[in-house]
Amino acid sequence: MQPVDFQDHRHDVRIGYAADFAGPLLDPERPPPAFIAGPNGKAAKKRYAVYRNNVTVSLINALAATFPATLRITGVDFFRAMARFHVRATPPTSPLLFEYGYDFPDFIERYEYAGSMPWLADVARIERAWLDAYHAADAAPLPPQALASIPPAHLADTILTPHPATRIVRSRYPAVTIFAANRVGGPVTPIEASEPEDALVTRPGMEVVVRRLPPGGAVFLTRLLAGEPLAAAAEAALTDDSEFDLSANIAGMIEAGVFNDIRGGG
Amino acid sequence: MSTKSTVSATILAGAVATALASFASAGPMTEAEAAAAMDAGKEKCYGVSLAGMNDCAAGPGTTCQGTSTVDFQGNAWALVQGGTCASIKVPGDRAGSLEPLTRDVPS
Amino acid sequence: MNEMANIQLSRASVAPRFPAHPVAGMAGTSLKHDHLPSIMANGVERGFFEVHAENYMGAGGPPHDALTRIRRDYPVSLHGVCMSIGGPQPLDKTHLGRFKALVDRYEPALVSEHLAWSTHETTYFNDLLPLPYTQTTLARVAEHIDEVQEAIGRPILLENPSTYVLFLQSTMSETEFLRELVRHTGCGLLLDVNNVFVSATNHGYSALGYLGDFPLEHVGEIHLAGHAEQADDEGDLLLIDSHDGPVADAVWKLYDIVIGQCGPVPTLVEWDSEIPDWPILKAEAAAAQAILDRHAYRFMPGKAHAAG
Repeated sequence: MQPVDFQDHRHDVRIGYAADFAGPLLDPERPPPAFIAGPNGKAAKKRYAVYRNNVTVSLINALAATFPATLRITGVDFFRAMARFHVRATPPTSPLLFEYGYDFPDFIERYEYAGSMPWLADVARIERAWLDAYHAADAAPLPPQALASIPPAHLADTILTPHPATRIVRSRYPAVTIFAANRVGGPVTPIEASEPEDALVTRPGMEVVVRRLPPGGAVFLTRLLAGEPLAAAAEAALTDDSEFDLSANIAGMIEAGVFNDIRGGG
Repeated sequence: MSTKSTVSATILAGAVATALASFASAGPMTEAEAAAAMDAGKEKCYGVSLAGMNDCAAGPGTTCQGTSTVDFQGNAWALVQGGTCASIKVPGDRAGSLEPLTRDVPS
Repeated sequence: MNEMANIQLSRASVAPRFPAHPVAGMAGTSLKHDHLPSIMANGVERGFFEVHAENYMGAGGPPHDALTRIRRDYPVSLHGVCMSIGGPQPLDKTHLGRFKALVDRYEPALVSEHLAWSTHETTYFNDLLPLPYTQTTLARVAEHIDEVQEAIGRPILLENPSTYVLFLQSTMSETEFLRELVRHTGCGLLLDVNNVFVSATNHGYSALGYLGDFPLEHVGEIHLAGHAEQADDEGDLLLIDSHDGPVADAVWKLYDIVIGQCGPVPTLVEWDSEIPDWPILKAEAAAAQAILDRHAYRFMPGKAHAAG
């Protein structure tokens, strides 16, 4: 088959139907395309609206499925209105809907009517990370013995390979507590908190786990995930927070399945 | 950087050994071992551990069907309060409750 | 022909990862992860499961874990939703590669896609959008089907859409268009009986007339689903293919007629919104199975148009 450059064929009658049909789908102000109709000369306004509706509702539903805690916090009406703006401004570019919504937390941050909930965007970021972890490649987490087998002299230069599911979301707000309270159903527990919370998202097996990181933990793991050696990452974490507890963080990262392998040192 | 490091090889080796102590048992730990591990590693997990949510949120799926819910216009809307935000208080910020909108929002 | 023989050979030389569960004469259901615990706990005596290919295009995790477990015990139908075969622009090669990888990995009994499009330029609309039926679109869609079939090394079943509008530039009927696609590409057809009923109602033609023109001898799978009722601009009934309830009585009647004519073709009950508890969906499939079984005796084994 000859490759077709659709840019060159934009105005070709053979290609026109998709461009003209697609244009008004996400813009309710625009009239339906002229070349469609109902049977026997019937109008097509409401008929075309079925497609507009299918597109808009299904994409709002996709965001609702990715961000259930965000939805629970705002309520359905607020969420759907906010999501509708986002769907229109930033429709998906991939047919894989679990890859949709990466821009939604930033949109929430800028969304005027969510201004009274400055922590909401971070809750959404944890939810987006959760879905990444859910679909990430399967890999066995690093067993504790692997670290035990490294000669003490080589520990400082040890570099670890991230597990494909691992994500970190840092927040100036108690985002993990708010996420945790709203990601599940059941009665609403009042939340009164002010501490910043960093989230660690992992999936060592088939279950996604979200944890709150201890002081310095986010810096420590972010450095390690970026490929820095153990000593340098510990150094950075201590500089970030003097309460950083190295052994507790090493135990925690093994327990959580943050890493998959040892890439080596030196 | 490594020459002036405050995290020496000795400190690192000690920290790894302490951390691994909490995983050391192939079989069940004795009470004393468990207590020691708890003391040394503080808590076994990082902070809260939120698992078991896979069933309630598996993310979005594709559609091969239409919807009977009509929701494609919706530019003129009043913000209806709902959700749990009113129960979230983060000192230093305005309270989490939503303020109802009275004006329409341009698309 | 040689090419197909080579494909068969190369497939045969690799040990299959899963048992070759036959799908002939069976009724199945959409696989919903909410139903997994019930399915795993109680099993299903006879039946198959259909999944949307795109939902299993992530690298790993629970979706693949679930599908692997299901595929071990049951035939699986892989139903693509987003290939945009009916669109004018070239197929997304990355997406086609992912689709092929799933066919290779899960060895599905049935593989299908839609006569529709969902991507324009780079925007994905997540709906099955319609196309005009002309010689030009026919040639383009046939090229796309050829490309998919070459990539996956086997024919696909192409599904007739539910539509809400007609294109003024169409020069062929939908059944004529589908018949020509089968002739040009060797693909099979997935006959969605609910879609036939929805489109016939929406466009004021006879569903039976449509089925009379439909090349039933090429049908390798049937879909059944529920629909919802709305109104068009003139206040007349407009049906929405909503998959959110039980199969309508009129659709069951059409289905009975179709099976009477083309034999016990594997049949799927789709239920994708307002998903009920497993026993209710299972009962819908059982109703389809009863119709399949009632007609099965009239069709000798081997004469049925069973795919897989």
